[in-house]
Amino acid sequence: MRWLLLKDLQILRRSPLVTVLLVLYPIAIAILIGFALSRGPEKPRVAFVNHVPSGQGFSLGQGSLDKSAARAQLCAKVECVDAATVGDARSMVQSGDVLGALILPRNLVTNLNSLKGLTASQPYVRVLVNEEDPVKAQLVNDRISSLITKANLKLSKAVVGTAAGYLNLVVNGGHLNLLGQSFDILGLRKAGAILSALDTRLGPSNPFAQPLGDVIRFADLARQNLNLAQPILSSVAHPIEVRKQVVSGSPPSLDAFAIAVAATVTLMFVTVLLVAGSLALEREENAFPRLTRGLISQTGLLVEKVALGMVASLAVTFVMLAGLSLFVDIAWSRFLPIGGAILVGGAAWAAFGAAIGAAAREVRASSLLAFMISLPIAFLSLVPSGTVGVGIYHGLQVFRALFPFHAALNALSAGLDSGASGYGPALLHLAILTLAYGILARLALRRFAT
Amino acid sequence: MAETAIEVRGVGKRFGEREALRGVTFSAAPGELLAIIGPNGAGKTTLLSILAGIRRADEGEVSRPPGEIGFVPQQAALYRRLTVAENLRLFARLEKVPDVDATVERMLDQTGLRDRRDDQVSTLSGGNQQRVNIAIGLLAAPAALLLDEPSTGLDPRQRERLWEFVLGLAGGGTTVIFSTHNIAEAERYGGRLLVLADGEALFDGSPADLHAAAGSDGRDFEAAFVAFLRAKGH
Repeated sequence: MRWLLLKDLQILRRSPLVTVLLVLYPIAIAILIGFALSRGPEKPRVAFVNHVPSGQGFSLGQGSLDKSAARAQLCAKVECVDAATVGDARSMVQSGDVLGALILPRNLVTNLNSLKGLTASQPYVRVLVNEEDPVKAQLVNDRISSLITKANLKLSKAVVGTAAGYLNLVVNGGHLNLLGQSFDILGLRKAGAILSALDTRLGPSNPFAQPLGDVIRFADLARQNLNLAQPILSSVAHPIEVRKQVVSGSPPSLDAFAIAVAATVTLMFVTVLLVAGSLALEREENAFPRLTRGLISQTGLLVEKVALGMVASLAVTFVMLAGLSLFVDIAWSRFLPIGGAILVGGAAWAAFGAAIGAAAREVRASSLLAFMISLPIAFLSLVPSGTVGVGIYHGLQVFRALFPFHAALNALSAGLDSGASGYGPALLHLAILTLAYGILARLALRRFAT
Repeated sequence: MAETAIEVRGVGKRFGEREALRGVTFSAAPGELLAIIGPNGAGKTTLLSILAGIRRADEGEVSRPPGEIGFVPQQAALYRRLTVAENLRLFARLEKVPDVDATVERMLDQTGLRDRRDDQVSTLSGGNQQRVNIAIGLLAAPAALLLDEPSTGLDPRQRERLWEFVLGLAGGGTTVIFSTHNIAEAERYGGRLLVLADGEALFDGSPADLHAAAGSDGRDFEAAFVAFLRAKGH
């Protein structure tokens, strides 16, 4: 069997186009994935028009906002492109140079300051968007809504903080600075204590004792209720808190998952195409009858092709991972689990490729069939739960169990990231699929020579 | 009693309802050239594939196991991206011959392809590819060699060189059993003929015997063959 394996590797070496593809393909995938992982998501470009006059400021509690602070805060999550006028911003949006425009009106700070008084005016910002493309419109809407929601949340936190400070002053007393003047506030707690002392001195027979007692009870009740108001105010700033609990799965890091997807796709295409083509070549070269009339059994030939797939998958996937390591950190200390996942995954894909090669019987037909089958397998195996109906998702789970993509992805993810679970079950799944597709390939070989 | 290199007794084969071979019996002596001829669908390739061990007979027996018989399929069963020597070496290793290098050198001499040893098979002519194809069938030094329509697709000059090579093998004591559609070739090179029709062996004898059986004047062998088949109802 080893002579046949050497022969296949020799033929591979003599097929420059195939060899170049086998080397270039993983390198190209590595570069693409590497760039995607290392650059991170781009900030959306938004035109920014700031009409807030210089020198105007808004302060609330410990926070403050002026013209430059407003720009810094709003432009933290987007790339702001300064525009001098609303007309300029509109042109930029229309031309597609920016996704949208954010306009801070002249009265923004004045209106924000009015929130502190009795005659509050609603502060607002203007947004210009280009909705010629529904996908783009949705993206712009989501980004700007998120931006304004964050700004509102910050503002509401500041308002709540200031209000809580005033409440504390009413309850416990203290100093208040207003319009440059300082006031001492007695507070309900101290007022209650003074009134209680006075009540003791007056005695129960005093005619003021009854109304004084009413005032003391009111002050006490007011203090207790205002104390309760403080946590209520805090909860207004965060009306709903998210408490996340993972009930299923121990996912790998995003980088490890992306690398595993790239590696699985490479593993799939290279191994399936190579093994399917190599087995079909035995028939096209008329060597199959000569080989199987006693030189090697049909099962032995299949085992040799699976071994060829494993060798190729190991080489190509490690070339790809080495390329990726220029862009992202790969845990090379986990060489053995990674290698194990590639080998067992390669075996499953090789058996799958052998079944295709045995069924198609011609190199071109087997290559076309392998490509046409592999692509939807990869696509359907990557559909996440919750994005399709329950019935369809259950169907997809059965589909995933029948093909090696999902199990290979799980094995590689767990191989790359020690935090991810499911390494053992994924390898077992792949081993079962290797056996199943090996049996299918063996059955298909019965009519291979005819 | 004459020595036999291979003996076939009552071999039959069915494909579903169709009877491809029916009680075929013959034998061949060492160094004998036996031509199997017959119309299309007569069962020639089926018979050779049973002798080669590619198919199993439903009934009957063959005196030698497939491992002792060399087989040369109709189309060259070679790896075109490997060189002549690499092909010979690969199959010699798979045949587990005792001295691989010596066997390869012997075959290169025997085929006259020593100067093309490092050329990829894809660059050889059809005739030379067929010589390598036959050489692979001879690697294990079999007592009998089966050739399935060996001259198909070759030009006259290539055919002549091929038959020189085959005659040399027979001269060396190898029994050669070949099937062919070329009746003139069967008459010229086949010391004995086995005529198959509808899976049945109708005739086993020399070309002269076939002329006699057909009642021909001995000049046109193809006409005698057709007349013989017609007389037998085919």
